[in-house]
Amino acid sequence: MELVEKALAGNRRALSRLITVVEAGDATARQALAALYPHTGRAHIVGVTGAPGTGKSTLVNQLALHWRAQGRTVAVLAVDPTSPFSGGAILGDRIRMQALGGDPGCYIRSMASRGSLGGLARSTGDAVKVLDAAGFEIVIVETVGAGQAEVEITREAHTVIVVEIPGMGDDIQAIKAGILEIADVFVVNKADREGAERTLRQLQMMLHLGAGEPRDGWDPPIVQTVANTGKNIPEVAAAVERHLAHLKANDLLAPRERQRIEREWTMIVRESLLNELFARIPASERDTLIARMQARQVDPYAAASQVVAAVFEDSI
Amino acid sequence: MERPIRVLVAKPGLDGHDRGAKVIARALRDAGMEVIYTGLQQTPQMIVEAALQEDVDCIGLSILSGAHMTLLPKIMQLLKANEGDDVLVVAGGIISDEDARSLRQEHGIAEIFGPGASTHTITDFIRANIKRPAVEG
Ligand SMILES: Nc1nc2c(ncn2[C@@H]2O[C@H](COP(=O)(O)OP(=O)(O)OP(=O)(O)O)[C@@H](O)[C@H]2O)c(=O)[nH]1
Ligand SMILES: [Mg+2]
Repeated sequence: MELVEKALAGNRRALSRLITVVEAGDATARQALAALYPHTGRAHIVGVTGAPGTGKSTLVNQLALHWRAQGRTVAVLAVDPTSPFSGGAILGDRIRMQALGGDPGCYIRSMASRGSLGGLARSTGDAVKVLDAAGFEIVIVETVGAGQAEVEITREAHTVIVVEIPGMGDDIQAIKAGILEIADVFVVNKADREGAERTLRQLQMMLHLGAGEPRDGWDPPIVQTVANTGKNIPEVAAAVERHLAHLKANDLLAPRERQRIEREWTMIVRESLLNELFARIPASERDTLIARMQARQVDPYAAASQVVAAVFEDSI
Repeated sequence: MERPIRVLVAKPGLDGHDRGAKVIARALRDAGMEVIYTGLQQTPQMIVEAALQEDVDCIGLSILSGAHMTLLPKIMQLLKANEGDDVLVVAGGIISDEDARSLRQEHGIAEIFGPGASTHTITDFIRANIKRPAVEG
């Protein structure tokens, strides 16, 4: 594909187009991904998640500046929610990333979640592949700030940063169940505000209460930051780098990647099968079955087995 | 598959508030578009870079500062120099008829909307005039 070749050769316009193509998720997208795939698997993928307004974009901006100053190339994918009513979206994360402008070693792309839950868009993983293949050394993914544990991001990123801020409601209750499991690095941002020490101590306590053995033998560090002034950003960057080094040193990268690929592939197989299956069942037959379920003449499981069995028999 | 129209809403120049731009951003979202909002005091370089990285179909510029005759042509020139000539560019603000004519005819701004233009007029215009189809193979 010409677009892929151009994007891999460093043409930024082609890169942008390519992300639009994979975002559409159609046959052209699959063609593009096929051409890209051999070039993926090199970038360090860093996820940033946390409740709305905790300072994720501000932190991403600072981290990107930090890594750029060290000569590393950085791409950012920032996901914001699509409105369920109109299908439109306002993507505002770039507002906090102005300082990254005018630098060819840095690329920022906003993405709407397009109906997908869990903090990422359906095609975020594919957009990451484009950026990875294009040679960015670090790809930072900012999730939708839904305020819950965004498990999806752990499937896409090597290292997940969870951003908390002081004074989020009632003490420990505010620290949502689940985030302890997904964080590789904790950031207590807005440390210029009252209560940062307390949030830090609570996190420490929860970490030590919750886990018997830390996952992957990694004890998630907690860093207090003031993202809008840049305070402690090098510490966050160092923690992220240490985490990747830890994964490498303990041979954890390959098994993680294997898991991710298995999950991704299974999902794709499931979807493709479903599409193939439905394409083989005439609409009239579907309508009849649905009507029979509605009349309580057949239950959904039986109706499902029936169509699956019919299709498989045909193909043998 | 139908993909949403992507629009960059930006506010070039140095004047201090972006209420108008925000109203437009929300109207475009409510019309089903994906709006990349970049905030205040954007230079032409920043606007064009963001538009190209975001692969938008349209740039909507809100301008009140009176510097439109320097800022808007500069944006068009940068777009052209960076393979971005297929991006539809519209502007809104207080712009004299004479300037508006010149911006359209000499500089390639597709349309200028005055302060009274309804958001419907604007969303309809964008839908009808983007140069890349919203439906892609
Ligand atoms: N006081 C203080 N304010 C901060 C700090 N970091 C970010 N902010 C401010 O917090 C607000 C939200 O910051 P963002 O970076 O947009 O937060 P976000 O988590 O990306 O927000 P969403 O993407 O909307 O979920 C902005 O006004 C920032 O300037 C900090 O360390 N201290
Ligand atoms: Mg943000």
